[in-house]
Amino acid sequence: MTPDLMEEGARRIARVQAPVIGQTESGGRSAGFARIATPGEVDITHGRILYLEDVHVSFDGFKAINGLSLDIAPGELRCIIGPNGAGKTTMMDIITGKTRPDQGTVYFGSTIDLLRHNEPEIASLGIGRKFQKPTVFEQLSVFENLELALKTHKGVKSSMFFRLDSAQSDRLAEVLHTIHLADGVTRQAGNLSHGQKQWLEIGMLLMQDPKLLLLDEPVAGMTDEETARTAELFLTLKGKHSLMVVEHDMSFIRTISEKVTVLCDGSVLAEGTLDQVQSDERVIEVYLGR
Amino acid sequence: MTTPSLQLPAPAPLLTRGGWSAFIVALIVVCAVAPVLNLLVPAGSAFHLSDYAVALLGKIMCYAICALAMDLIWGYTGILSLGHGLFFALGGYVMGMYLMRQIGRDGNYKSDLPDFMVFLDWKELPWHWALSDSFAATLVLIVAVPGLVAFVFGWFAFRSRIKGVYFSIITQAMTYAAMLLFFRNETGFGGNNGFTDFKRILGTPIATQNMRMLLFVLTGCTLLAFFLLARWLVRSKFGRVLQAVRDAESRVMFSGYSPLPYKLTIWTISAMMCGVAGALYVPQVGIINPGEMSAANSIEIAVWAAVGGRATLIGPIAGAFIVNGAKSWLTVTAPEFWLYFLGALFIAVTLFLPNGVVGLVKKLTNKKGAAQ
Repeated sequence: MTPDLMEEGARRIARVQAPVIGQTESGGRSAGFARIATPGEVDITHGRILYLEDVHVSFDGFKAINGLSLDIAPGELRCIIGPNGAGKTTMMDIITGKTRPDQGTVYFGSTIDLLRHNEPEIASLGIGRKFQKPTVFEQLSVFENLELALKTHKGVKSSMFFRLDSAQSDRLAEVLHTIHLADGVTRQAGNLSHGQKQWLEIGMLLMQDPKLLLLDEPVAGMTDEETARTAELFLTLKGKHSLMVVEHDMSFIRTISEKVTVLCDGSVLAEGTLDQVQSDERVIEVYLGR
Repeated sequence: MTTPSLQLPAPAPLLTRGGWSAFIVALIVVCAVAPVLNLLVPAGSAFHLSDYAVALLGKIMCYAICALAMDLIWGYTGILSLGHGLFFALGGYVMGMYLMRQIGRDGNYKSDLPDFMVFLDWKELPWHWALSDSFAATLVLIVAVPGLVAFVFGWFAFRSRIKGVYFSIITQAMTYAAMLLFFRNETGFGGNNGFTDFKRILGTPIATQNMRMLLFVLTGCTLLAFFLLARWLVRSKFGRVLQAVRDAESRVMFSGYSPLPYKLTIWTISAMMCGVAGALYVPQVGIINPGEMSAANSIEIAVWAAVGGRATLIGPIAGAFIVNGAKSWLTVTAPEFWLYFLGALFIAVTLFLPNGVVGLVKKLTNKKGAAQ
């Protein structure tokens, strides 16, 4: 063995053992290296956290989703717009496991096939969803709502003997501040205003610490001030989490969006910045019905 | 930016200070005051507790256990069961089988077999009577049989996501089917006569005043213990998940909880409680027959819970006492009006007292507090 060969070997070992740098690129490795697959872990080395390809769903012959293909990058904030019946909510139903597509592939990261999982499993994998109509546990307090959403073991036995530890309390307090409900901790969720319920539901998503948030009309029914605060919140979430926002409020979209996807009749009609899609002839047509 | 510290609410205690005092008082009444008033105070005295009253209260306490069990599944989890009479009857039948074997050769036919089997010309015990000789096995089966039936039924029903009124109807059908099955002579449960004429329990005569008092105390303690258990369950995070399932099941799923094991657990616990209630009921009333599985009985359990106030635990217990107290009074003074009264009561509670008696009391005390 020559010193040259030994040096070469040492260099190789150092290269293999070098810490993984970027998350979005191929992890700083050259193309020849393999990745270790960890079950249940989201693999985003291909730069995609969510990936839908040629998805079809029909309800009694009505094609709600018709060849939809879409992907979301890690840390991206994507806005989805489209006329009523374009399939926005159905798309979220498919991603979260509520509806099974007739055909197509839906992947979370590169390795997790979402079509093989049910709703609670998908939620535990790291996809949080806010419904169009604010859905909170009305009879429970704000605190209890957030506590239930907390990321922890969700089995029967662990729930029976659950106690909040200090790190979890801190997290809860932090989220309470984020959603501006810190002075209403013990209020019953059913007594909150519409906007506050929306906030509480967003807070519950944050407690789950999801990698991807699906938000169906998050600012519907909010005052202008609340809407502005929500936009601010989403912009701080961007980067740490990936967000998919379905909204009709164009000024809200203008504040937060960089990339907008227009859905129509169950597939993607246009994609680009808000200005680009707003000047697109086909988009104007479906919106104005010419 | 550091988040300013925030006072988070502490977990609720099992019972408040006042709650514990009331609990201790109830325990003393059941274990000491009632036995003394019944056994030691002479029959002529104004303070004497009659045997009739002991039997009645003992029976109502069994009903109260059922109402408590109903509250866990209906009040807290939002699943209306109209089949809890079945679990009650199953526990009762297990106990009844043991009591039938305890009769020994003292029956009318002087045989080792229970009378009805001799009457049917059976030569040996059917297989499902194999364990009825052992008291220990009976104690296990009292919870195991209703628990297993509930578990299997619940597993299929909840897995198929059967909800609301459909679930109620299926439970009602289930108890009705079981009633028809138990009515038949060949199933070996004594047909429409069921089991009766019990002579002793654990070798001691069953109809003595002391034994009745013992059963009464046992029933009271079971009710109180179950109350504590239920209270512990609903105030844990488990209980809050149940309420969450009741209020917004889809949100529960999208928060990462699978509702199936939660529903199945509380459903099975609830059925087991009813089984224990049935087993305590049979030696006190001295009879069990398929009539206990009739549709009306299961519905009545739901009425007690609704009258008392759902999702309060104490409410359904109070409801069982109020409705059954009224029933035993009215069926004596004006028997023909009882059913009208029950119907009217149910309508009145549904229309005017959605939160039951407990809700009414809370409203009145709040008003008083606001007026001062």
